[in-house]
Amino acid sequence: MCSICGCGEHETLEHDHHDDHHHHDHGALHAHAADLPVTRMVQIEQNIMAKNQRYADANRQFFAERNLFVVNLVSSPGSGKTSLLVKTVEALKAQMPVAVIEGDQQTGLDAERIKATGVPAWQINTGKGCHLDAHAVGHAMDHLPEIKNGVLFIENVGNLVCPAGFDLGEAHKVVVLSTTEGEDKPLKYPDMFHAADLMILNKSDLLPYVDFSVSKAETYAKQVHPGITSLTLSARSGEGLEAWYDWLRAGVARVSA
Amino acid sequence: MSISTLSMHEMALCEGLVQSLEEQALTQGFHKIFAVWLEIGALATVEPDAMLFNYDIVANGTVAAGSRLEIITVPGKAWCMSCSTPVSISRHGDACPACGSYQLQLLDGEQMRIKQIEVA
Repeated sequence: MCSICGCGEHETLEHDHHDDHHHHDHGALHAHAADLPVTRMVQIEQNIMAKNQRYADANRQFFAERNLFVVNLVSSPGSGKTSLLVKTVEALKAQMPVAVIEGDQQTGLDAERIKATGVPAWQINTGKGCHLDAHAVGHAMDHLPEIKNGVLFIENVGNLVCPAGFDLGEAHKVVVLSTTEGEDKPLKYPDMFHAADLMILNKSDLLPYVDFSVSKAETYAKQVHPGITSLTLSARSGEGLEAWYDWLRAGVARVSA
Repeated sequence: MSISTLSMHEMALCEGLVQSLEEQALTQGFHKIFAVWLEIGALATVEPDAMLFNYDIVANGTVAAGSRLEIITVPGKAWCMSCSTPVSISRHGDACPACGSYQLQLLDGEQMRIKQIEVA
């Protein structure tokens, strides 16, 4: 499973292959019972995400013990996640401990942008992988200084499909949609907008120049997730950022209470 | 959605599935799997066709090599707050088929679960 660091990969099992030379036609499995091994049905009822879920639960426990408010930022590539994060950590770093895990297929560029602010960051490269998983996030914590009573940002791989299905142990998924994209993305990628608790509409400074409708985006997002909250802001101009910081501070206060 | 854009994601899900099967082989004491029945909810973040496409590749060389993957699709079900009744939906963002409201609470249809396996 681990495409990140390879640890625990392919824990091979010792099993007897003596039946492998029987090449069965499964459509006629019981036609020649004498020639075939006796098969049995095993009821399992196990989630195929069980392994990721175990790592996610362990991460959640780790974060809870340190009173860390953990946010999993998801979006398409180019929505401005990293620019928003740079602004955010600069604003919050004097008020509380902050750390960042960056996920990209390649390069350490995003982690370098965060580190330039003085905030600790660790880059995960997923290689061909299209999402972060809970195992990789757990390992990333080994590379960050211990922080408590603060906020940890996980910037996921830019992708509105796959990260929706992977719990990392976060408190909330936050989906960033920018005004240069289509306002109908909540309908096109409903799984992600259903999984997210907060939608950030970024690049509000460009609203006079684009056809993006904030109210339509919000209506569509509420169709796929009636309980979703929405904030409109611009990481570039700073408009609306205070409400985002308030949302984060409230989250930190909740986990520290 | 084409298989190529999704295959990496379902590849990871297939790896999770095959790992679960290998763990079961150890704990339940079998050494060959002939068939696997998987329940996939209509609202789960998985494309059944891409699972089928990746399964043989991931299962190769494991206790599940050569086994048949059967996918049982579970319909999506939600509670409509306006009608106070359970309704069927096929994806996130569907309205209540009776009243058109989007105030729906999911009840069923997000699972990705191994139901049973045929083993020897």
